[in-house]
Parts: sequence; structure tokens; C-alpha cells
Amino acid sequence: MDLYREEILDHYKNPRNFGHLSNMTIGSTADNISCGDTISIELLLIGNVIENIRFSGVGCAISQASASLLTEHVKGKALVAVKNLTPDDVFALLAVTLTPSRVRCALLGYEALMKTIAKVI
Amino acid sequence: MSMFDAKKIRNDFPQFNRVINGKPIVYLDSTATSLKPQAVIDAITGYYTSYTANVFRGIYTTSEEATAAYEKSRELVATFINASSASEIVFTRNTSESINLVASSFVHPRLTKGDEVVTTIIEHHSNIVPWQVVAKEKEATLKIWDTTPDYVFDLSELPKIVTKKTKVFAISAASNVLGYLPPIKKIIAIVKSIHPDCIVVVDAAQAVAHMKVDVQDWDADFVAFSGHKMLGPTGIGVLWGKKNLLDSMEPYQYGGDMISAVYRDHAEYKEAPHKFEAGTPHIAGVIGLGAAVLYLSSLGMDAVRAHEKALIGYALGQAAKLPYMHVVGPTDLNIRGGVLAFTMDGVHPHDIAQVLNERNICVRAGNHCAMPLHAHMGVPATTRASLYVYTTTEDIDALITALIGVKKLFS
Repeated sequence: MDLYREEILDHYKNPRNFGHLSNMTIGSTADNISCGDTISIELLLIGNVIENIRFSGVGCAISQASASLLTEHVKGKALVAVKNLTPDDVFALLAVTLTPSRVRCALLGYEALMKTIAKVI
Repeated sequence: MSMFDAKKIRNDFPQFNRVINGKPIVYLDSTATSLKPQAVIDAITGYYTSYTANVFRGIYTTSEEATAAYEKSRELVATFINASSASEIVFTRNTSESINLVASSFVHPRLTKGDEVVTTIIEHHSNIVPWQVVAKEKEATLKIWDTTPDYVFDLSELPKIVTKKTKVFAISAASNVLGYLPPIKKIIAIVKSIHPDCIVVVDAAQAVAHMKVDVQDWDADFVAFSGHKMLGPTGIGVLWGKKNLLDSMEPYQYGGDMISAVYRDHAEYKEAPHKFEAGTPHIAGVIGLGAAVLYLSSLGMDAVRAHEKALIGYALGQAAKLPYMHVVGPTDLNIRGGVLAFTMDGVHPHDIAQVLNERNICVRAGNHCAMPLHAHMGVPATTRASLYVYTTTEDIDALITALIGVKKLFS
């Protein structure tokens, strides 16, 4: 049961940076229509740095844990650096082997983050 | 009525010999597609190994054999659903194509502004989207008949839904999510009593495989179904239509095989059903479907239904023991087919399906091509286990045991 390793389940059950920002600069939502999952990302930008980040939404363990890991990873980083993140970086954070049908789940938070960043740079 | 032994039946299905990670497969996704018995595989292989030839044209022996086998399958399908003749059986790719054929060739030319098309909330997308498109194009009104909160139809609502303007009434004979088996014969009788000229299109993709279907007894106008859900190959479907309706329709596609004569500036078409089968057809698929029909007939469709009814009753009983498992659909076994779609508190359907896969338990998670129904139910997705002739109580037990494990993992 590699896919649901301890850290993934921990991020699913206790998502980091979950909720909303009272002082957000910008945000976006990504949906996976076919399974009804949705993730929203909110950023507080100070200059070109992601000072704070929150995510919210509903979805499977993979989509939620992936978003949680991603928010930890990008918090405090420069926008340009985050913009260069690739799906492979997200898979590396998850450190599990995804079956093809779950790739979309894993990238839902990434998609919302990239949509958000595309609005500013 | 003779019951049959599902455990023995499994011997006819070679995929049960497959082992993944040292464990056998628990196949609970027959609503998506059924496994194939050796008889069907042999029929397809037989065509490809000993009488491969095109149909309707060769003078030589193998071509005549292929043509005979192709048309024999048409007769077998006609008998299976009690069509009044084999000429009412049109071979298509699948249920979706069958419904599109009716929408394009029958309904489109006849629908005018202000007419109504009725479908229902329980439908698979195949019986919603073609009607959305044709209604929009012809400025007709599309109405959706909702279920009651118990996920069944209230037939007393029909006079409010169907009017003299209703040109088409499209409904499933079995829901691929709820397992609900609407009383099709009664519904058609009421629809026709309100408006005799309304044509009724039945999506029987989940019905023909699982119960005795008699199209004349239903008094439907068109019935659509797929081969691959009834032990046959993929890529072959059936449209049954009343002969006078088929005769009154324009072809669906144009080209080879569907013509009787072609001149420089025009062509004459064959009679139905051949005028709807343009191009070299899926010969092996048709022959495989014929073998599937023979196999199901040897089991007896009443026995198939009895087996699934008993098994879904067992499954519902086992599911009811898990307080965090919520099965959708009616619980009256008389109106319930072998579909078990459910949600689980605190676990997403995709995660359930993924963990079940670790035990080689094949289920489906998602909206099962029924997004409007899931919106109606107020859930984004469900996990669905579904049963067929080869499903046993052991399969159900494996599912329930695994679901207990899923709950533990996520709580």
C-alpha cells in the first residue's frame, strides 16, 4: 500500500496551510470535473515572494495531500522559482508511484497554484 | 426456472485464471464491461483463423460462411429480445451510436420548434447528450423527469411530464448507478396513452445483459444496447427499431454496403437494416455477439436475473452492517438490479477504488457517465461494485472485508 504511505495519510488527515487568508493577494481554483474534486489556492505576496499560502477544497487523499505538501514546499519562495516547478517536482514531493488514473488528482493543487501565479507573472 | 452455479460458470471465463501480484482478480465492474466467456473468444478467433472474408460480396466459400455467420447473429439477437424479425436489428458500434442514430435519422428531421423531448435524471450521458443537442438545434424543449427522494419514478407524475407536444420519450430500463429497474412496460403504456405518436427510446445497455427483455411486450419504438456489457466484444452494439419506423428513416451514414445502386449523380439505398450499416461492418464483433447471445440463452435470462437478485440482496445486507457505508438506489429487490454504488464517510471514492485495487478488487469510482444524476443525489462521485453471472458471495465478502480495511486506513 505504497500510495497511502504514512506521510501522505498524515497530510490528508491533517492538511497543512488549509483554509483561507484574510489578506490574500490573489487566488485561483482548479476543478477535476470528472471526479468532482476542487482545490483553491490563495497567496499573500510580498514583493515577488509567497509570504503566505492557503488551500481549500474537497477531494481524494492524493489530491489533498499533494496540495498540502505543495503549499509547504512553496511558502517563502520567490514567484519565479515556483513558476518553474514541474509536475515531476510534485511527484517527487509525493514520493509515491502514481497509476495513470491518479496523476490528475495529484496535480490538481499544482494546477490551481500555476493558474494563480500566471495572473501575476 | 433453473438456477445456475456461478462458481462453475467462472470456469468458462479465462480471465479468472489471471493472477496479479500472486492474487486472483475479484471482478466487480461488469456494469462498465463484462468479462468474456471462452465461447465468445473462440467465435471471434474462429472467424479470424478460418473464414476471414468480407460479407455480402464474395462468391467463394469463406465469404459465404462469413455472411451466413453475420446474418445468423442478427437472427440470434432478434430472437433474444423477441423482435418480430431480424430485419429490425441494426448493428452499430455501441449504445451511444444507436441512440445517436435515432436522434439523427429519426428525430432530427421530425422535430420542430416548440416540440418537447423528455429524458430522465437517471440516464447515462448516452441518453441525455444526443437529446440536448437535437433539442437545442431544433429549438425544442428538453425536459428531465426527476426521481422521488427514494430514487424511483412516481408514475403519477407522467401526465405533467408528457404532453401532446412530446415527440420523444427516452428512458433507461436499468440505471447504471442506482441499480433501479423502472417499470418500462407500464411507463410506455402511460406515455402512449397521453400521446400515441410520441416515440419511446429505451436505453437497455444495463438491461439486456441482465434480464429477459421483450421489445414487443414493452411496446417500445427503439431499443439500444451494447455487446460488450452482455459477454460480447467491444465495438459492437445494437439498435432495434420497429420495422415501419426504420423504413421511414433516412440512412445515418453513406457509403459502401448500404446502397443497392449508385449512379453518377445519385444512389439508391438498401432496405433496413442494411441501409444503416455503411461500410464493412465489425464482422468479428457481430459473430462474437451471436456467441454471447447463445451463451446467455443457455443460462436462461430468468435464471440470470434470479442469480443477480439474490446476490444484490446479499450485498445490500452485508453493506447495511457497515454504518459508514451508504448505498444509493432502491432497496426493494424487485426493482433492483446488480449494481451497488455507495459513498463512505470520510473516504473519497477514488481512494476506496485505489485501495481495493491493492487486493485486485475491480470497482469503478467517479460519476459513471451520469453527472446529472450525481448532482441530483448531491454527491460528486460514488464507488460502484457491480455483479454478473460469474459473481459469487465470496466476491461480495472480499469487497466488504476490504472496505472495512479502507475505513481503518483512513480513520
